[in-house]
Amino acid sequence: MGVLHLYKGSMKEVRTIVLSKSVFEENDKEADALRLFLKDKGVFLVNVMSSPGAGKTTTLIALINKLSKFLRVGIMEADIDSDVDAIKVAKETGCKSIQLHTGGMCHLDAGMTTQGLMELGLEDLDLVFLENVGNLVCPAEYDTGAHLDMMILSVPEGDDKPLKYPLIFQKCELVLINKIDTLPYFNFSMENVRRNISYRNKNATVIPISAKKGDGIDEVVEFFKKKTNK
Amino acid sequence: MHELGIVMQVIEQVDNVAAESKIEKVTKIIMEIGEVSSVIPNIFTDAFEWAKKKSNYLKDSELELIILKGITYCRDCKKTYDTVEYAKKCPYCGSLDTYLVTGNEIKIKSIEVV
Repeated sequence: MGVLHLYKGSMKEVRTIVLSKSVFEENDKEADALRLFLKDKGVFLVNVMSSPGAGKTTTLIALINKLSKFLRVGIMEADIDSDVDAIKVAKETGCKSIQLHTGGMCHLDAGMTTQGLMELGLEDLDLVFLENVGNLVCPAEYDTGAHLDMMILSVPEGDDKPLKYPLIFQKCELVLINKIDTLPYFNFSMENVRRNISYRNKNATVIPISAKKGDGIDEVVEFFKKKTNK
Repeated sequence: MHELGIVMQVIEQVDNVAAESKIEKVTKIIMEIGEVSSVIPNIFTDAFEWAKKKSNYLKDSELELIILKGITYCRDCKKTYDTVEYAKKCPYCGSLDTYLVTGNEIKIKSIEVV
């Protein structure tokens, strides 16, 4: 907390304390500290966001099964309740996993992420995926301390989502377009979605995938190998 | 709905300041909210009115929201324009190479205390 500037009010005993700080400031500080700490430990943290049902868990399972050949991968599953995701991922990938409950909150912040990582243990890990709560609004506002923010948009959601949820697309360096095997059934244009994403973030990497069929997963694996220098 | 999460954070931060400053109670919180910050003012106020009752320092306090205009800057023609009206596309030259200058704020400006 910075210095407080105190002013005596002119009437009675009411005085004003000027704070002039962003609501997210404390979280941002914690997030920066976590990023540095993880860098020292040699752990690369990825914050994975999407709406509910876009295929975060299925995509991560497909990705981790291939990445595990090069990297020691861990995963933290965040949900409001239940541990179905953590059990599913652990069973299907064999990687180290932990379930976080946000207790009703619609997002994870840097404090919760730090706690989760400590619980997971970092000694034997190179890369940790944080599967955030399924939501395109709140998770984008809170810096988790990740080194990379990525999101998964699925074909049935529509190619106009970057226009409707600007912040999340602005923040994400990697955007996976999932469920491309369903393209024949939806009015979804790959050209439109790429253009809409570039309006928000010119430098975003966009990779079309089908987590279910395995299309495009190798390209995502290459992306992470490059990012982690493996 | 996400307004409530933000309100809870505001209350926590103001409670902390109140405890550190050894005051009796907070009578007013003045916040600056950007027009395109994704916070809807009346929902934010409703959430605040509900949540303040849980804080001893804040239960009688009033919330004032100052709305800050959304202003976007165009890198091509170097002009600024109204974000809410024109969004991403510059109304002067049609460029999409623009960025938001103000309007994204969710800030606690000051509090009044006794």
